[in-house]
Amino acid sequence: MTLRKYLVLLSVVIFGSIGDTMLARGMKDVGAIDIHHVSHVFTALSNPWVIFGIFCLLGFMSSYMTALSFADLTYVLPATALGYVFMALLSRFWLHEHISLLRWLGIALITAGVGLVAGGPSRTEHPPTSVSGPKAVQERV
Amino acid sequence: MRTLYTWTCIFFVVCSAAAGDVFIALAMRRIGDLGLLHRKHGLLTVMTRVLSSGALFAGIFFMAMAFFSNLVGLSWADLSLMGPASAALTFVTNAIGAKFFLHEDVDKRRWIATIFVCCGVLLLTRS
Repeated sequence: MTLRKYLVLLSVVIFGSIGDTMLARGMKDVGAIDIHHVSHVFTALSNPWVIFGIFCLLGFMSSYMTALSFADLTYVLPATALGYVFMALLSRFWLHEHISLLRWLGIALITAGVGLVAGGPSRTEHPPTSVSGPKAVQERV
Repeated sequence: MRTLYTWTCIFFVVCSAAAGDVFIALAMRRIGDLGLLHRKHGLLTVMTRVLSSGALFAGIFFMAMAFFSNLVGLSWADLSLMGPASAALTFVTNAIGAKFFLHEDVDKRRWIATIFVCCGVLLLTRS
């Protein structure tokens, strides 16, 4: 893993967390959407917070795709676990949401769990047990 | 009733996000390291390869479904519940998807991590 690759993972974390927080801020303005009028969700697309959130999530998407081009899916997701902590801090201190001790403990457990796998190799692959064998692996890679 | 709506939304987010992640990971694996590709063949080749991938567009479609389900969910529930719960459950379904569809080596350590994540989600729902 080079510095460039770590920076790609960091940008996945930052863009993802900020994007989600912006969406949450925007949806607080829009208000609750009635289950019988779910199509009203499209009106949220005119909210500036939601628009900014979408731009952040586009940044997230491009860095996420870059990360998946050099690492496993089960490596990229855990490696970006720091985002949960970052998002919890943003929702606590910026959106002033209440986070109970149990929720903090839950977030800590999730982070610990996903952190466990982050130490392993970034790219692994089992040869498929199907009749196609190792040749198929080589072709797919 | 609101809780039921929230968890139905989380379910939709998890299923569509997991399908999206698996498709995008499959597409990016077929395309190869974007950094290397950019250095060797230039930006145009990278763009052409990315934009001609059918799996990528399937992934983006499922991601869009997850996005709108998430948006509806956020109008009913706090980000601190929607965010971690959907992300954590997506992690579990992704691990299953990665093992069976992408043939990644999801070893014992990764499964233990999955149990940790599930416990974390349980704690989130109790509070």
